[in-house]
Amino acid sequence: MVTEDIIVSLRNVSKKYHSLEGETEAVKDLPLEVRRGEFITIVGPSGCGKTTLLSLISGLFMPSAGEILLNGEPVSSTTGHVGYMLQEDHLFKWRTILRNVLLGLEIKGTLTAQSKEKAEALLRKYGLGDFKDHYPHQLSGGMRQRVALIRTLAIDPDILLLDEPFAALDYQTRLKVADDIWKIIKKESKTAIMVTHDIAEAISMSDRVVVLTKRPAQVKSIHKLDFTCEERTPIKCREAPEFRVYFNRIWKELDVHV
Amino acid sequence: MFKQANNMLPPGSSENDNEMSKEHKDFLDRLNRKRIYVRVTQIAILIAFFLLWEIAANAGLIDPFITSQPSRMLQTTINLHRDRSLYIHIGYTLMETIVGFVVGTVIGILLAIILWWSEFLARVLEPYLVVINSLPKIALGPIILVWIGAGPQAIIAMALIISLVVTTIGVHNGFKEVDPDKIKLLRTFGATKFQILQKVMLPASISTIVSAMKINVGLAWVGVIVGEFLVSKAGLGHLIVYGGQVFRLDLVMTSVIILAILAALMYQFVSWIEKKLINWY
Repeated sequence: MVTEDIIVSLRNVSKKYHSLEGETEAVKDLPLEVRRGEFITIVGPSGCGKTTLLSLISGLFMPSAGEILLNGEPVSSTTGHVGYMLQEDHLFKWRTILRNVLLGLEIKGTLTAQSKEKAEALLRKYGLGDFKDHYPHQLSGGMRQRVALIRTLAIDPDILLLDEPFAALDYQTRLKVADDIWKIIKKESKTAIMVTHDIAEAISMSDRVVVLTKRPAQVKSIHKLDFTCEERTPIKCREAPEFRVYFNRIWKELDVHV
Repeated sequence: MFKQANNMLPPGSSENDNEMSKEHKDFLDRLNRKRIYVRVTQIAILIAFFLLWEIAANAGLIDPFITSQPSRMLQTTINLHRDRSLYIHIGYTLMETIVGFVVGTVIGILLAIILWWSEFLARVLEPYLVVINSLPKIALGPIILVWIGAGPQAIIAMALIISLVVTTIGVHNGFKEVDPDKIKLLRTFGATKFQILQKVMLPASISTIVSAMKINVGLAWVGVIVGEFLVSKAGLGHLIVYGGQVFRLDLVMTSVIILAILAALMYQFVSWIEKKLINWY
Protein backbone atom coordinates (compact mmCIF):
# COMPACT_ATOMS: atom_id res chain seq x y z
CA MET A 1 0.00 0.00 0.00
CA VAL A 2 2.80 2.40 0.87
CA THR A 3 4.27 3.62 -2.35
CA GLU A 4 7.99 4.07 -2.48
CA ASP A 5 8.10 7.68 -3.61
CA ILE A 6 9.77 10.15 -1.30
CA ILE A 7 7.70 13.13 -0.21
CA VAL A 8 10.11 14.85 2.13
CA SER A 9 13.83 14.63 2.05
CA LEU A 10 16.32 16.37 4.27
CA ARG A 11 19.80 16.56 2.82
CA ASN A 12 22.42 17.00 5.51
CA VAL A 13 20.46 19.73 7.18
CA SER A 14 22.14 21.84 9.88
CA LYS A 15 20.64 24.58 11.98
CA LYS A 16 22.42 26.96 14.30
CA TYR A 17 20.79 29.35 16.74
CA HIS A 18 22.49 32.60 17.51
CA SER A 19 22.25 34.53 20.75
CA LEU A 20 24.40 36.94 22.74
CA GLU A 21 25.93 34.01 24.60
CA GLY A 22 27.11 32.50 21.34
CA GLU A 23 25.82 30.02 18.82
CA THR A 24 24.14 26.72 19.48
CA GLU A 25 24.08 23.94 16.98
CA ALA A 26 20.58 22.45 17.17
CA VAL A 27 20.71 20.11 14.20
CA LYS A 28 23.81 18.83 12.46
CA ASP A 29 24.14 17.14 9.06
CA LEU A 30 20.84 15.43 9.38
CA PRO A 31 19.65 13.23 6.53
CA LEU A 32 16.09 11.92 6.50
CA GLU A 33 13.70 10.62 3.89
CA VAL A 34 9.98 10.18 4.40
CA ARG A 35 7.85 8.15 2.03
CA ARG A 36 4.38 9.14 0.96
CA GLY A 37 1.75 7.81 3.33
CA GLU A 38 4.28 6.97 6.00
CA PHE A 39 3.88 7.74 9.70
CA ILE A 40 7.25 8.57 11.10
CA THR A 41 8.07 9.55 14.65
CA ILE A 42 11.12 11.37 15.91
CA VAL A 43 12.21 10.70 19.46
CA GLY A 44 15.23 12.02 21.26
CA PRO A 45 16.48 13.49 24.52
CA SER A 46 14.61 16.61 25.58
CA GLY A 47 15.92 19.80 24.06
CA CYS A 48 17.70 17.94 21.28
CA GLY A 49 16.17 19.93 18.45
CA LYS A 50 13.12 17.84 17.56
CA THR A 51 10.83 20.84 17.29
CA THR A 52 13.49 22.68 15.31
CA LEU A 53 13.32 19.91 12.77
CA LEU A 54 9.57 20.35 12.32
CA SER A 55 9.94 24.12 12.04
CA LEU A 56 12.53 23.61 9.33
CA ILE A 57 10.29 21.27 7.35
CA SER A 58 7.38 23.68 7.63
CA GLY A 59 9.52 26.51 6.32
CA LEU A 60 9.16 28.65 9.44
CA PHE A 61 12.88 29.14 9.26
CA MET A 62 15.66 28.18 6.91
CA PRO A 63 18.44 25.68 7.60
CA SER A 64 21.97 27.02 8.13
CA ALA A 65 23.24 24.41 5.72
CA GLY A 66 21.82 21.64 3.60
CA GLU A 67 18.43 21.64 1.98
CA ILE A 68 14.93 20.34 2.47
CA LEU A 69 12.95 19.03 -0.46
CA LEU A 70 9.21 18.64 -0.46
CA ASN A 71 7.94 16.73 -3.48
CA GLY A 72 11.34 17.38 -5.02
CA GLU A 73 11.05 21.17 -4.57
CA PRO A 74 13.20 23.03 -2.05
CA VAL A 75 11.23 24.52 0.84
CA SER A 76 11.90 28.25 0.98
CA SER A 77 9.03 29.72 2.99
CA THR A 78 5.78 28.89 4.69
CA THR A 79 3.27 28.40 1.94
CA GLY A 80 0.71 26.34 3.77
CA HIS A 81 1.97 23.08 2.32
CA VAL A 82 2.09 21.50 5.76
CA GLY A 83 -0.49 21.01 8.45
CA TYR A 84 1.03 21.79 11.83
CA MET A 85 -0.46 20.39 15.01
CA LEU A 86 0.84 21.71 18.29
CA GLN A 87 0.82 20.53 21.86
CA GLU A 88 -2.37 22.41 22.60
CA ASP A 89 -5.24 22.57 20.18
CA HIS A 90 -5.06 26.38 19.90
CA LEU A 91 -8.62 26.62 18.73
CA PHE A 92 -9.70 30.26 18.73
CA LYS A 93 -12.31 30.71 21.42
CA TRP A 94 -14.02 33.50 19.51
CA ARG A 95 -14.66 31.30 16.49
CA THR A 96 -17.15 28.48 16.13
CA ILE A 97 -15.81 25.00 15.40
CA LEU A 98 -16.56 25.38 11.69
CA ARG A 99 -14.92 28.80 11.49
CA ASN A 100 -11.90 27.41 13.32
CA VAL A 101 -11.64 24.67 10.74
CA LEU A 102 -11.88 27.22 7.93
CA LEU A 103 -9.03 29.33 9.33
CA GLY A 104 -6.32 27.85 7.09
CA LEU A 105 -8.47 28.23 3.98
CA GLU A 106 -9.19 31.88 4.87
CA ILE A 107 -5.51 32.61 5.24
CA LYS A 108 -4.53 30.85 2.05
CA GLY A 109 -7.34 32.63 0.24
CA THR A 110 -8.82 29.37 -0.94
CA LEU A 111 -12.11 29.58 0.92
CA THR A 112 -14.82 28.80 -1.61
CA ALA A 113 -18.24 27.24 -1.30
CA GLN A 114 -16.63 24.04 -2.45
CA SER A 115 -13.73 23.99 0.02
CA LYS A 116 -16.12 24.99 2.79
CA GLU A 117 -18.39 22.07 1.97
CA LYS A 118 -15.35 19.79 2.02
CA ALA A 119 -14.39 21.03 5.47
CA GLU A 120 -17.93 20.49 6.72
CA ALA A 121 -17.89 17.01 5.25
CA LEU A 122 -14.70 16.26 7.20
CA LEU A 123 -16.37 17.43 10.40
CA ARG A 124 -19.37 15.21 9.70
CA LYS A 125 -17.20 12.25 8.77
CA TYR A 126 -15.38 12.37 12.07
CA GLY A 127 -18.40 12.83 14.30
CA LEU A 128 -18.23 16.60 14.78
CA GLY A 129 -20.99 17.61 12.36
CA ASP A 130 -23.40 18.46 15.15
CA PHE A 131 -20.84 20.66 16.84
CA LYS A 132 -19.94 22.92 13.95
CA ASP A 133 -21.77 25.91 15.42
CA HIS A 134 -20.50 25.27 18.94
CA TYR A 135 -17.62 27.14 20.50
CA PRO A 136 -14.39 25.35 21.52
CA HIS A 137 -15.05 25.60 25.27
CA GLN A 138 -18.15 23.46 24.80
CA LEU A 139 -16.09 20.49 23.56
CA SER A 140 -14.00 17.94 25.43
CA GLY A 141 -10.21 17.91 25.15
CA GLY A 142 -10.24 14.93 22.82
CA MET A 143 -12.84 16.46 20.51
CA ARG A 144 -10.92 19.71 20.43
CA GLN A 145 -7.77 17.90 19.35
CA ARG A 146 -9.79 16.20 16.60
CA VAL A 147 -11.01 19.64 15.45
CA ALA A 148 -7.40 20.83 15.45
CA LEU A 149 -6.50 17.93 13.16
CA ILE A 150 -9.41 18.63 10.83
CA ARG A 151 -8.34 22.30 10.72
CA THR A 152 -5.01 21.15 9.30
CA LEU A 153 -6.64 18.60 6.97
CA ALA A 154 -8.98 21.25 5.56
CA ILE A 155 -6.14 22.89 3.63
CA ASP A 156 -5.29 19.47 2.18
CA PRO A 157 -1.61 19.60 3.17
CA ASP A 158 1.07 17.41 1.62
CA ILE A 159 2.31 16.46 5.02
CA LEU A 160 1.24 16.68 8.65
CA LEU A 161 3.66 17.77 11.34
CA LEU A 162 2.66 16.79 14.86
CA ASP A 163 4.58 18.41 17.68
CA GLU A 164 3.78 16.37 20.81
CA PRO A 165 0.12 16.66 19.92
CA PHE A 166 -1.16 14.75 22.95
CA ALA A 167 1.11 16.14 25.65
CA ALA A 168 -1.59 18.36 27.11
CA LEU A 169 -4.08 15.50 27.58
CA ASP A 170 -4.36 13.19 30.57
CA TYR A 171 -3.17 9.60 30.13
CA GLN A 172 -6.46 7.81 29.38
CA THR A 173 -7.68 10.49 27.01
CA ARG A 174 -4.29 10.47 25.41
CA LEU A 175 -4.46 6.79 24.39
CA LYS A 176 -7.93 7.23 22.94
CA VAL A 177 -7.17 10.48 21.14
CA ALA A 178 -3.92 9.09 19.72
CA ASP A 179 -5.92 6.17 18.36
CA ASP A 180 -8.51 8.55 16.90
CA ILE A 181 -6.01 10.86 15.28
CA TRP A 182 -4.01 7.97 13.86
CA LYS A 183 -7.10 6.45 12.26
CA ILE A 184 -8.09 9.76 10.70
CA ILE A 185 -4.60 10.30 9.31
CA LYS A 186 -4.56 6.81 7.82
CA LYS A 187 -8.07 7.16 6.40
CA GLU A 188 -7.11 10.40 4.69
CA SER A 189 -3.86 8.65 3.64
CA LYS A 190 -1.69 11.52 4.83
CA THR A 191 2.02 11.46 5.50
CA ALA A 192 2.83 12.40 9.07
CA ILE A 193 5.94 13.32 10.99
CA MET A 194 5.44 13.33 14.74
CA VAL A 195 7.71 14.47 17.51
CA THR A 196 7.27 13.01 20.99
CA HIS A 197 9.22 11.96 24.03
CA ASP A 198 6.77 9.18 24.82
CA ILE A 199 8.42 6.00 23.47
CA ALA A 200 5.27 3.89 23.76
CA GLU A 201 3.27 6.47 21.85
CA ALA A 202 5.96 6.61 19.18
CA ILE A 203 5.99 2.82 18.72
CA SER A 204 2.23 2.42 18.77
CA MET A 205 1.63 4.94 16.01
CA SER A 206 4.59 4.78 13.65
CA ASP A 207 5.87 2.87 10.68
CA ARG A 208 9.36 4.05 11.54
CA VAL A 209 10.89 5.60 14.61
CA VAL A 210 13.89 7.89 14.24
CA VAL A 211 16.07 8.21 17.34
CA LEU A 212 18.08 11.40 17.58
CA THR A 213 21.25 12.03 19.57
CA LYS A 214 21.73 14.78 22.11
CA ARG A 215 22.18 18.28 20.73
CA PRO A 216 23.31 18.87 18.04
CA ALA A 217 20.72 16.42 16.78
CA GLN A 218 21.95 13.73 14.48
CA VAL A 219 20.28 10.49 13.52
CA LYS A 220 21.33 7.82 15.99
CA SER A 221 19.24 5.01 14.58
CA ILE A 222 16.10 4.32 12.60
CA HIS A 223 13.75 1.52 13.60
CA LYS A 224 11.35 0.04 11.12
CA LEU A 225 8.42 -1.40 12.99
CA ASP A 226 6.44 -4.49 12.01
CA PHE A 227 3.63 -5.85 14.09
CA THR A 228 1.98 -9.24 13.89
CA CYS A 229 -1.35 -8.00 15.21
CA GLU A 230 -4.23 -8.41 12.75
CA GLU A 231 -5.52 -4.88 13.11
CA ARG A 232 -2.75 -2.35 13.19
CA THR A 233 -4.11 0.46 15.32
CA PRO A 234 -2.19 2.22 18.08
CA ILE A 235 -4.19 0.64 20.89
CA LYS A 236 -4.17 -2.85 19.38
CA CYS A 237 -0.48 -2.97 18.66
CA ARG A 238 0.37 -2.07 22.22
CA GLU A 239 -0.69 -5.67 22.93
CA ALA A 240 1.46 -7.17 20.19
CA PRO A 241 4.48 -9.20 21.40
CA GLU A 242 6.90 -7.05 19.37
CA PHE A 243 5.86 -3.93 21.23
CA ARG A 244 7.95 -4.69 24.29
CA VAL A 245 10.96 -5.62 22.17
CA TYR A 246 10.87 -2.34 20.26
CA PHE A 247 10.28 -0.46 23.47
CA ASN A 248 13.39 -1.89 25.14
CA ARG A 249 15.50 -1.38 22.07
CA ILE A 250 14.57 2.27 21.67
CA TRP A 251 14.75 2.90 25.41
CA LYS A 252 18.36 1.68 25.39
CA GLU A 253 19.13 3.78 22.33
CA LEU A 254 17.85 6.88 24.04
CA ASP A 255 20.22 6.19 26.89
CA VAL A 256 18.32 8.24 29.44
CA HIS A 257 20.29 9.41 32.47
CA VAL A 258 18.45 11.12 35.27
CA MET B 1 -54.21 25.48 40.12
CA PHE B 2 -50.58 24.63 39.64
CA LYS B 3 -50.34 26.82 36.57
CA GLN B 4 -51.77 29.76 38.45
CA ALA B 5 -49.24 29.42 41.21
CA ASN B 6 -46.52 29.47 38.60
CA ASN B 7 -47.56 32.86 37.35
CA MET B 8 -46.52 34.40 40.60
CA LEU B 9 -42.91 33.36 40.18
CA PRO B 10 -40.49 35.72 38.46
CA PRO B 11 -40.29 35.20 34.70
CA GLY B 12 -37.78 32.63 33.57
CA SER B 13 -38.11 30.34 36.53
CA SER B 14 -41.61 29.21 35.56
CA GLU B 15 -40.34 27.36 32.47
CA ASN B 16 -38.94 24.22 34.03
CA ASP B 17 -40.80 24.54 37.26
CA ASN B 18 -42.58 21.25 36.74
CA GLU B 19 -39.42 19.21 37.26
CA MET B 20 -37.97 21.48 39.93
CA SER B 21 -37.54 19.95 43.36
CA LYS B 22 -38.69 21.83 46.43
CA GLU B 23 -35.11 22.12 47.60
CA HIS B 24 -33.98 23.71 44.37
CA LYS B 25 -36.94 26.08 44.41
CA ASP B 26 -36.06 27.16 47.94
CA PHE B 27 -32.49 27.71 46.85
CA LEU B 28 -33.56 29.96 43.97
CA ASP B 29 -35.95 31.84 46.24
CA ARG B 30 -33.17 32.42 48.73
CA LEU B 31 -30.90 33.77 46.01
CA ASN B 32 -33.67 36.00 44.74
CA ARG B 33 -34.42 37.30 48.21
CA LYS B 34 -30.78 38.14 48.82
CA ARG B 35 -30.65 40.05 45.56
CA ILE B 36 -33.71 42.06 46.57
CA TYR B 37 -32.26 42.85 50.02
CA VAL B 38 -29.09 44.21 48.46
CA ARG B 39 -31.01 46.39 46.02
CA VAL B 40 -33.39 47.69 48.69
CA THR B 41 -30.51 48.60 50.99
CA GLN B 42 -28.73 50.41 48.18
CA ILE B 43 -31.78 52.53 47.44
CA ALA B 44 -32.41 53.13 51.14
CA ILE B 45 -28.90 54.52 51.62
CA LEU B 46 -29.39 56.91 48.72
CA ILE B 47 -32.74 58.16 50.02
CA ALA B 48 -31.48 58.42 53.60
CA PHE B 49 -28.47 60.45 52.48
CA PHE B 50 -30.53 63.07 50.66
CA LEU B 51 -33.23 63.07 53.30
CA LEU B 52 -30.75 63.67 56.14
CA TRP B 53 -29.07 66.36 54.08
CA GLU B 54 -32.39 68.12 53.55
CA ILE B 55 -33.49 67.80 57.18
CA ALA B 56 -30.11 68.91 58.54
CA ALA B 57 -30.16 71.98 56.30
CA ASN B 58 -33.72 72.89 57.25
CA ALA B 59 -32.99 72.42 60.95
CA GLY B 60 -29.97 74.68 60.69
CA LEU B 61 -27.51 71.93 61.61
CA ILE B 62 -25.56 72.69 58.46
CA ASP B 63 -25.38 75.92 56.51
CA PRO B 64 -27.10 75.46 53.12
CA PHE B 65 -25.16 78.43 51.78
CA ILE B 66 -22.04 76.30 52.00
CA THR B 67 -23.45 72.78 51.65
CA SER B 68 -26.51 73.48 49.50
CA GLN B 69 -29.45 71.17 50.00
CA PRO B 70 -31.47 68.74 47.82
CA SER B 71 -34.55 70.96 47.46
CA ARG B 72 -32.40 73.89 46.30
CA MET B 73 -30.56 71.62 43.89
CA LEU B 74 -33.85 70.47 42.47
CA GLN B 75 -34.91 74.11 42.07
CA THR B 76 -31.60 74.90 40.36
CA THR B 77 -32.12 72.01 37.97
CA ILE B 78 -35.62 73.23 37.14
CA ASN B 79 -34.33 76.75 36.52
CA LEU B 80 -31.58 75.46 34.27
CA HIS B 81 -34.16 73.37 32.46
CA ARG B 82 -36.49 76.37 32.01
CA ASP B 83 -33.90 78.52 30.30
CA ARG B 84 -32.63 75.50 28.36
CA SER B 85 -29.05 76.19 29.47
CA LEU B 86 -29.00 72.79 31.22
CA TYR B 87 -29.01 71.03 27.87
CA ILE B 88 -26.44 73.34 26.34
CA HIS B 89 -24.01 72.65 29.18
CA ILE B 90 -24.65 68.92 29.17
CA GLY B 91 -24.41 68.87 25.39
CA TYR B 92 -21.01 70.55 25.35
CA THR B 93 -19.53 68.37 28.05
CA LEU B 94 -20.96 65.17 26.61
CA MET B 95 -19.80 65.97 23.09
CA GLU B 96 -16.29 66.81 24.26
CA THR B 97 -16.06 63.67 26.36
CA ILE B 98 -17.34 61.32 23.68
CA VAL B 99 -15.16 62.77 20.94
CA GLY B 100 -12.09 62.80 23.20
CA PHE B 101 -12.77 59.26 24.37
CA VAL B 102 -13.43 57.78 20.93
CA VAL B 103 -10.56 59.55 19.18
CA GLY B 104 -8.16 58.82 22.06
CA THR B 105 -9.09 55.14 22.04
CA VAL B 106 -8.88 54.77 18.26
CA ILE B 107 -5.55 56.57 17.92
CA GLY B 108 -4.23 54.69 20.97
CA ILE B 109 -5.07 51.34 19.38
CA LEU B 110 -3.57 52.40 16.05
CA LEU B 111 -0.35 53.41 17.80
CA ALA B 112 -0.28 50.05 19.58
CA ILE B 113 -0.63 48.30 16.22
CA ILE B 114 2.25 50.35 14.80
CA LEU B 115 4.42 49.44 17.81
CA TRP B 116 3.56 45.76 17.32
CA TRP B 117 4.25 45.99 13.62
CA SER B 118 7.70 47.50 14.00
CA GLU B 119 9.74 46.06 16.82
CA PHE B 120 12.42 48.62 16.03
CA LEU B 121 10.02 51.50 16.62
CA ALA B 122 8.71 49.86 19.81
CA ARG B 123 12.22 49.63 21.21
CA VAL B 124 13.14 53.16 20.18
CA LEU B 125 9.98 54.70 21.63
CA GLU B 126 9.85 52.71 24.86
CA PRO B 127 11.62 55.24 27.16
CA TYR B 128 9.64 58.12 25.65
CA LEU B 129 6.37 56.33 26.28
CA VAL B 130 7.35 55.65 29.87
CA VAL B 131 8.12 59.33 30.47
CA ILE B 132 5.01 60.61 28.72
CA ASN B 133 2.89 58.06 30.57
CA SER B 134 4.15 59.12 33.98
CA LEU B 135 3.80 62.84 33.21
CA PRO B 136 0.57 64.28 34.66
CA LYS B 137 -1.06 65.28 31.38
CA ILE B 138 -2.94 68.11 33.07
CA ALA B 139 0.36 70.00 33.18
CA LEU B 140 0.11 70.22 29.40
CA GLY B 141 -3.18 72.15 29.66
CA PRO B 142 -1.74 75.65 29.25
CA ILE B 143 0.44 74.51 26.34
CA ILE B 144 -2.56 73.06 24.55
CA LEU B 145 -4.48 76.28 25.12
CA VAL B 146 -1.74 78.39 23.60
CA TRP B 147 -1.26 76.07 20.67
CA ILE B 148 -4.79 75.32 19.58
CA GLY B 149 -6.74 78.10 21.22
CA ALA B 150 -9.33 78.25 23.97
CA GLY B 151 -12.51 76.41 23.09
CA PRO B 152 -14.00 72.96 22.76
CA GLN B 153 -11.12 71.81 20.54
CA ALA B 154 -8.65 72.40 23.41
CA ILE B 155 -10.88 70.50 25.82
CA ILE B 156 -11.19 67.58 23.41
CA ALA B 157 -7.41 67.58 23.02
CA MET B 158 -7.10 67.40 26.80
CA ALA B 159 -9.41 64.38 27.00
CA LEU B 160 -7.65 62.74 24.07
CA ILE B 161 -4.13 63.21 25.36
CA ILE B 162 -4.98 61.94 28.80
CA SER B 163 -6.28 58.60 27.47
CA LEU B 164 -4.02 58.09 24.49
CA VAL B 165 -0.80 56.82 26.02
CA VAL B 166 -2.58 54.57 28.52
CA THR B 167 -4.44 52.91 25.66
CA THR B 168 -1.31 52.46 23.58
CA ILE B 169 0.66 50.89 26.40
CA GLY B 170 -2.24 48.71 27.58
CA VAL B 171 -3.14 47.36 24.15
CA HIS B 172 0.49 46.87 23.14
CA ASN B 173 1.04 44.82 26.30
CA GLY B 174 -2.09 42.85 25.43
CA PHE B 175 -0.61 42.09 22.01
CA LYS B 176 2.59 40.86 23.63
CA GLU B 177 0.63 38.40 25.75
CA VAL B 178 -0.94 36.63 22.77
CA ASP B 179 0.26 33.01 22.76
CA PRO B 180 3.23 32.75 20.37
CA ASP B 181 2.06 29.26 19.37
CA LYS B 182 -1.15 30.76 17.98
CA ILE B 183 0.96 33.05 15.81
CA LYS B 184 3.14 30.09 14.83
CA LEU B 185 0.04 28.18 13.79
CA LEU B 186 -1.06 31.01 11.49
CA ARG B 187 2.43 31.33 10.06
CA THR B 188 2.47 27.64 9.12
CA PHE B 189 -0.64 28.39 7.07
CA GLY B 190 1.48 31.04 5.33
CA ALA B 191 -0.21 34.04 6.99
CA THR B 192 0.98 37.57 6.24
CA LYS B 193 1.63 40.03 9.06
CA PHE B 194 -1.66 41.76 8.32
CA GLN B 195 -3.52 38.43 8.51
CA ILE B 196 -1.89 37.68 11.86
CA LEU B 197 -3.11 41.07 13.10
CA GLN B 198 -6.59 40.54 11.76
CA LYS B 199 -7.12 36.87 12.62
CA VAL B 200 -5.45 36.58 15.99
CA MET B 201 -3.92 39.73 17.50
CA LEU B 202 -7.04 41.91 17.45
CA PRO B 203 -9.65 39.30 18.38
CA ALA B 204 -7.42 37.85 21.09
CA SER B 205 -6.95 41.34 22.53
CA ILE B 206 -10.62 42.32 22.65
CA SER B 207 -10.74 42.01 26.43
CA THR B 208 -7.59 44.14 26.80
CA ILE B 209 -9.04 46.74 24.47
CA VAL B 210 -12.32 46.85 26.35
CA SER B 211 -10.61 47.22 29.72
CA ALA B 212 -8.56 50.05 28.21
CA MET B 213 -11.85 51.61 27.10
CA LYS B 214 -13.28 51.30 30.61
CA ILE B 215 -10.31 53.18 32.04
CA ASN B 216 -10.51 55.72 29.23
CA VAL B 217 -14.11 56.67 29.93
CA GLY B 218 -13.06 57.85 33.38
CA LEU B 219 -9.93 59.55 32.06
CA ALA B 220 -11.83 61.35 29.31
CA TRP B 221 -14.14 62.86 31.93
CA VAL B 222 -11.13 64.03 33.93
CA GLY B 223 -9.64 65.60 30.82
CA VAL B 224 -12.86 67.35 29.87
CA ILE B 225 -13.63 68.75 33.31
CA VAL B 226 -10.06 69.99 33.79
CA GLY B 227 -10.19 71.50 30.31
CA GLU B 228 -13.45 73.25 31.14
CA PHE B 229 -12.00 74.51 34.41
CA LEU B 230 -9.21 76.12 32.40
CA VAL B 231 -11.03 77.72 29.52
CA SER B 232 -14.60 77.11 28.66
CA LYS B 233 -17.65 79.27 28.45
CA ALA B 234 -20.04 76.32 28.63
CA GLY B 235 -20.19 72.83 30.02
CA LEU B 236 -20.62 71.23 33.42
CA GLY B 237 -17.00 71.93 34.38
CA HIS B 238 -17.62 75.57 33.55
CA LEU B 239 -20.76 75.57 35.74
CA ILE B 240 -18.80 74.10 38.63
CA VAL B 241 -15.99 76.65 38.41
CA TYR B 242 -18.39 79.52 37.84
CA GLY B 243 -20.62 78.42 40.72
CA GLY B 244 -17.57 78.23 42.98
CA GLN B 245 -16.39 81.71 41.99
CA VAL B 246 -19.73 83.39 42.64
CA PHE B 247 -20.33 81.22 45.72
CA ARG B 248 -23.43 79.52 44.39
CA LEU B 249 -22.93 76.09 45.89
CA ASP B 250 -26.38 75.03 44.63
CA LEU B 251 -25.06 75.28 41.11
CA VAL B 252 -21.84 73.46 41.99
CA MET B 253 -23.59 70.57 43.73
CA THR B 254 -26.22 70.22 41.02
CA SER B 255 -23.56 70.07 38.34
CA VAL B 256 -21.56 67.50 40.27
CA ILE B 257 -24.61 65.27 40.66
CA ILE B 258 -25.48 65.54 36.96
CA LEU B 259 -21.86 64.78 36.14
CA ALA B 260 -21.92 61.69 38.35
CA ILE B 261 -25.06 60.42 36.64
CA LEU B 262 -23.67 61.02 33.14
CA ALA B 263 -20.32 59.39 33.91
CA ALA B 264 -22.06 56.35 35.39
CA LEU B 265 -24.34 56.04 32.34
CA MET B 266 -21.39 56.21 29.99
CA TYR B 267 -19.53 53.58 31.97
CA GLN B 268 -22.59 51.33 31.81
CA PHE B 269 -22.71 51.88 28.08
CA VAL B 270 -19.11 50.72 27.69
CA SER B 271 -19.86 47.69 29.87
CA TRP B 272 -22.79 46.94 27.59
CA ILE B 273 -20.52 47.16 24.53
CA GLU B 274 -18.10 44.83 26.31
CA LYS B 275 -20.82 42.23 26.73
CA LYS B 276 -21.87 42.55 23.10
CA LEU B 277 -18.29 42.20 21.87
CA ILE B 278 -17.57 39.19 24.01
CA ASN B 279 -20.71 37.45 22.81
CA TRP B 280 -19.87 38.31 19.25
CA TYR B 281 -16.34 36.98 19.41
